[in-house]
Amino acid sequence: MTRFAALEVQNGNLIETLNSLWRQLFEKGLVDDLLIPQELPSGSNVVQTLVSNIDKLESPNPLAPVMSVNSARIVSQMTKVTPSPKKIGVVLRSCELRALIELVKLKQASLENLILIGVDCFGTYSVKDYVKLAQDGSSPADAFIKAVKEGKEDPSLRQVCQMCEYPAPMNADITIGLIGIDFEKSILIQAFSAEGEAILEALELKDSPEAEVTKRDEAIAKLIELRTKKREEILEQTQKDISGIDNLMRTFAPCVDCHNCRDVCPICFCKECFIDSPTFEMESEKYLGWAERKGTIKMPTHTLLFHLTRMAHMSTSCVGCGMCSEGCPNEIPIANIFRLVALNTQKVFDYIPGRSLEDELPASTYQERELLNVPEKL
Amino acid sequence: MQEQQSQQHQEEEFEPNIVGLLCHWCTYTAADLAGTTRTQYPPNIRPIQTMCSGMVDPLYVLWALLGGADGVMIGACHPADCHYVSGNYKCRRKTAVLKSILNTLGLEDDRLWLCWISAAEGQKFADTVAKMVNELKKKGPNPISKYWSA
Repeated sequence: MTRFAALEVQNGNLIETLNSLWRQLFEKGLVDDLLIPQELPSGSNVVQTLVSNIDKLESPNPLAPVMSVNSARIVSQMTKVTPSPKKIGVVLRSCELRALIELVKLKQASLENLILIGVDCFGTYSVKDYVKLAQDGSSPADAFIKAVKEGKEDPSLRQVCQMCEYPAPMNADITIGLIGIDFEKSILIQAFSAEGEAILEALELKDSPEAEVTKRDEAIAKLIELRTKKREEILEQTQKDISGIDNLMRTFAPCVDCHNCRDVCPICFCKECFIDSPTFEMESEKYLGWAERKGTIKMPTHTLLFHLTRMAHMSTSCVGCGMCSEGCPNEIPIANIFRLVALNTQKVFDYIPGRSLEDELPASTYQERELLNVPEKL
Repeated sequence: MQEQQSQQHQEEEFEPNIVGLLCHWCTYTAADLAGTTRTQYPPNIRPIQTMCSGMVDPLYVLWALLGGADGVMIGACHPADCHYVSGNYKCRRKTAVLKSILNTLGLEDDRLWLCWISAAEGQKFADTVAKMVNELKKKGPNPISKYWSA
């Protein structure tokens, strides 16, 4: 069901070419609305926008190396109560798509009437770094694309991006392929579903030469290899930094119990988190009793319990988007820790979040004969 | 010599605290059976009745361990025996995740025991508690318990 097409880049201007693509989606009635990142008029940030009037599609830039919010949250917000009655084109990065697939499985979003448009991602900066880069007036996106073309990997990208093994989107209806493609001349549009094929058909795009597809696949494999190596390097250090109760407490010492890491997490969807539930509304005797037993207790209590519980609750679905680190006011390397923990918990069930709607969530299924070494031998 | 003796004395004094999260339909009833049949077992376990091992949120286990418990026992029905069909299987999955996390963080995952003990196995419950107390005595106190900052 896969089809490849080439979209010629006019005058070497990638962004303009993509703009005409978005316009055609509207004009040919392929989408009614478009969820797409646009540069703010001030130029200082790029945010998701829901566009219903094509004339207001002013400065779309899904290639800008910044992700303010994991848009899976936005799609969930829009489709959880009722599925969309209109056809929405949703432009997402790989980690956003993977988080969205998890949210659909968690019954927090609906893909009905959505056209998923995945964009190859070379990585993103922290919002605060992006804003700083944009301060001198030049577009960080342009400079970034130029560096990518020269084959440079910017060490100031977010660490989670530097170690992301999913630069190409999964489970999209169509993908905008850039990796390994000479995108001054043309870009590779791939369709992975009947709806995606219909779009390629309607756009009257010509088939892409096979060689371009191979070139992209090879470049992706190379990038994945590079990033996996980087991941091992980073996580080895993380492992050293957190291992054992002393290191763990040192790592989480700056935690101020704000719960931002949870609030920005695309997977942490619960309306009422256990940690905010009445279970944790306790009589003063409880606190006084603990204090009496230990002599002193840290207040607020349960900050470490909060992080460990979150690992137990959501790490099997963690896509490694790193929004948690973005949300942390005190620069705890929370995303690195969660990537490390999640890699191991996901390995238990050979589960890759966002890989497929068919893979059942590890917590919602079981096999009778599995994990036989987990119970004690009595 | 004296020092050695006092150290030995200290080791003898260590009595582990075990939090037991016991399923109402099996292990909790087994504990009851052990009691009514006057089966002797160490008094180190604090049993907490749960309706099913499937409702044992990992948070309860972590709360106990971070709070300084030396061990946590989850008592569950034997495979295929769950009163609610699959709670014990789901508990096994959650326990596997939890043990993986504890391992990754360099904490001791062998302080957490998942035990299949049916309502008829009062003796097995008593033996398991004795065995766990024994193992935990060898391990020593939970290192977290000496911190006020956890």
